[in-house]
Amino acid sequence: MAWKAAEHSAWGRALRSPSRIARPERQSVLHDILASTPAPAFGAARSYGDAALNDGGKLVDMTRLDRLLEFNAETGRVRVEAGVRLSDLLQIFGPQGWMPAVLPGTAFVTVGGAIAADVHGKNHHGRGSFGQYVAAIELLDAHGELLTLSEVENPNLYRATIGGMGQTGVILSAELRLIRCPGGKVMLTKTRLPDLEAFLDAFETSTAAYSVGWIDATARGAKFGRGIFEEGVLAEGPFSAPKSPRKLPLYMGGLLVSPPVVRAFNAVYLRRASPHGRTRKRALQEMLFPLDGIAQWNKLYGRRGFHQFQCVLPQTTCQITLPRILEAVVNSGQASPLSVLKKLGSGRAGYMSFPMSGVTLAVDIRARRGALPLLDRLNHMVAEAGGRVYLAKDSSLTPDLVNTMYPDVDKFRHAVAKADPRGVFCTDLARRLNLRGDMT
Amino acid sequence: MSSAWLILGASSAMARSFARLAAGDGAHVILAGRDSDDLALQAHDVLLRGAASATAMAFDARNPTSFGPLLAALFALDATPSIAVFSGSMVDQGALEDNPAALAGMIADNFGGPAQLLLMALPGLIEKPGGTIVGVSSVSGDRGRRSNFGYGAPKAGFTAFLSGLRARLSRARVHVLTVKPGFVDTAMTWGLPGLFLVASPDAAAKRMWRAAKKRRNTVYVPGFWWLIMTIIRLVPDFIFKKMKF
Repeated sequence: MAWKAAEHSAWGRALRSPSRIARPERQSVLHDILASTPAPAFGAARSYGDAALNDGGKLVDMTRLDRLLEFNAETGRVRVEAGVRLSDLLQIFGPQGWMPAVLPGTAFVTVGGAIAADVHGKNHHGRGSFGQYVAAIELLDAHGELLTLSEVENPNLYRATIGGMGQTGVILSAELRLIRCPGGKVMLTKTRLPDLEAFLDAFETSTAAYSVGWIDATARGAKFGRGIFEEGVLAEGPFSAPKSPRKLPLYMGGLLVSPPVVRAFNAVYLRRASPHGRTRKRALQEMLFPLDGIAQWNKLYGRRGFHQFQCVLPQTTCQITLPRILEAVVNSGQASPLSVLKKLGSGRAGYMSFPMSGVTLAVDIRARRGALPLLDRLNHMVAEAGGRVYLAKDSSLTPDLVNTMYPDVDKFRHAVAKADPRGVFCTDLARRLNLRGDMT
Repeated sequence: MSSAWLILGASSAMARSFARLAAGDGAHVILAGRDSDDLALQAHDVLLRGAASATAMAFDARNPTSFGPLLAALFALDATPSIAVFSGSMVDQGALEDNPAALAGMIADNFGGPAQLLLMALPGLIEKPGGTIVGVSSVSGDRGRRSNFGYGAPKAGFTAFLSGLRARLSRARVHVLTVKPGFVDTAMTWGLPGLFLVASPDAAAKRMWRAAKKRRNTVYVPGFWWLIMTIIRLVPDFIFKKMKF
C-alpha cells in the first residue's frame, strides 16, 4: 500500500500537520494496513480543527470505501461502507421514499465521520442525533479484528465509538435506520427577527420539523441579534438533480469576507426576508445544505484558514450567556458573515456526543492574531454556563475544560483504553485534549 | 432492448465509477476481476444504484481459461452486449529493468489478455450488434518515453489493436472507443510525485460514458492531455532522446 506524504488539514485549514496517508480502495487493502500499521481513519475531512490530523504519524482516508451493501425497502434499513457520503444516500434512496434521519449542514460528510462526531441536523429538537439511527457498526480494532457494535453487542464500545472521534478504531461499515421521505421538496418559511429574544421565542413556538436561525454577527447596538428564522416542513415533489457546485472567485481572497463587504451583504440578505414570514417551496438540499452549492467556500478565509466555534448552552443559562457570547464575537470585529443558531433537544447516542437540551451557536472566526484568545474566552464562558463545545469543530479547547463539559469522559476513556491500549488511533485532537486520559 | 456491460478490471476506481453510470442507466452489469470478495460488495452497490442485474465473476488477464465463461454470461443476457476494459497493471521502469521477466505479465495485463478476450467476443458481438467496446489504454502508449516505455509499449499495442478493431466492427454496428487517461486520482497514481492535471475517477468515467454515447473514437481524460500528447508526439527524435522524462 502506498503512503502519500502530505501536509494535511481539514475544513478550517487553520490547523495543519504533516502525515502519511493511505487511501484503500478495497476492504482487503484496509485489512492489510490495520494488520501491519494501524492508524486513525478519517472521512471527508469536513471537521474544522484537528480531529482528522495526526502530526508526524499515519492516517487512513476512507472516502474510497463507499459502497452500498444492503437495503430493505420495507423497513428502510441500509448497510453501507463508512466512506459513503450522506449526499449519496439522499440522492439514491430519496426518490424511493427514504432518507437519513439526521442530515448535518453539509451532505458531503461520510457515514463514518457522521458516526464518529455523532452529528446533528436542523431537526435535532425532534429527531435527535445521527448516532441514534445507527443500528450496528462494524469496527476494526487496534488488533485488526472485526467487531460488531450495537446496543446489545459490545454496548460500551458502541457508545464510545459514536461521537468518539475515531479513537476506538476504524469504522468499516454501518447499518442505518432511514426515515420516510415524502419527496424532494421542503416548504420553507423565512421570517426576519429583530433580536435574540425573538429567536429564543421562535424556537419555543415553532412546530416545524426543521428549523434554524441565521444571525447577523456584524450588527451592533439596536440591531444586535437580528437575523432570519427558517422553518422547513418536508413536502412532496421530485428530487432535483445534483447541481455541480458554483466556484467562487478565490483570487478576490479575503475581500469577500472583509468587514465592510460582510456588513453590506448581511444588510441586503436580511432585508430580503419578511418580518411576517413568507413560505415558499424549495428543493430539500437548498434548505438543508445551503453552503454545499458553493465549492470550497472554506478557502474564502484565505491561506491561513479559519476556526469554527460551536457551543451548546443549556436552557437554564442560555438567556444570560448567549447574548454575552455573541457580544464578545461582535465586539471582536472578527466578523464572520453569518452565525447559526439552533435549538437542540436532548438526543445523543455516545459518551462524547455534543448535543444537550438547549441552544447551539456556531460562528466562523478568521485565523489571525486575536482569534485564539477570543476562542479561549468563549470556551470559558461556555464551561461556566454548564454548556459544551463541539469537538468536531474545536481547535482551542483545553483538557480541563473537556473534563468539565463532557461528564461521561471517564466511561469513554475506559472503553478506549480497552479497545486501543497502545494508542494507535490517537489523533492531534485526542492528544491536545487528553481525550484518552493517559497523559499527565 | 436494454444493455449489458461486461466490465473487466472492475475493482479499479475508474471502473467502479463507470459501473455506477451503467447502473444508473438500468443496464445489466457483469463485474470481472481478481478480488472476488471485493467484487461481491461492488455487485451489491451497483444493484442498489439501479442496475437491472449485477454479477461478480472471475477474470485474470493472464489466464485465458477465465475468458470463456465471462463471454458466455454476457451473451446469455437478453440485452445488447457491451464490453469495457479497465484491467491493466504498471511495473515501475526501474523495477522492470532490474527484473525484465516482469514484462511478460505487464504485456498480458495491458494488452494480450484483453485483446484475446475481445477477439473471442467478435462472433457474439456481430450476432448481437448495437453495443460499444470501451478500451482504456493510456497516454503512455502514444510515444515511448525513457521513464516508462515498458508500460507504454503494451499500451501502444492495445491502442493499435482497438483502432483495428474499430474498423473491423464498423460495418457490424459495434462501436469502439479508445480512452487515453493521463493522470487519474486512483490507487495507481496515489502518492506519486509530480502529478498535474489530475482527474477524479468520477469525472474520468463520466467523460468516457458521454464519449461512448456520442460514439467518439478516441478520447483523452482529462481532455487537455490531447494537447500535451500532440506536442510530445511532434518533438523530433534528436531532441526527444535527450529529454529527461
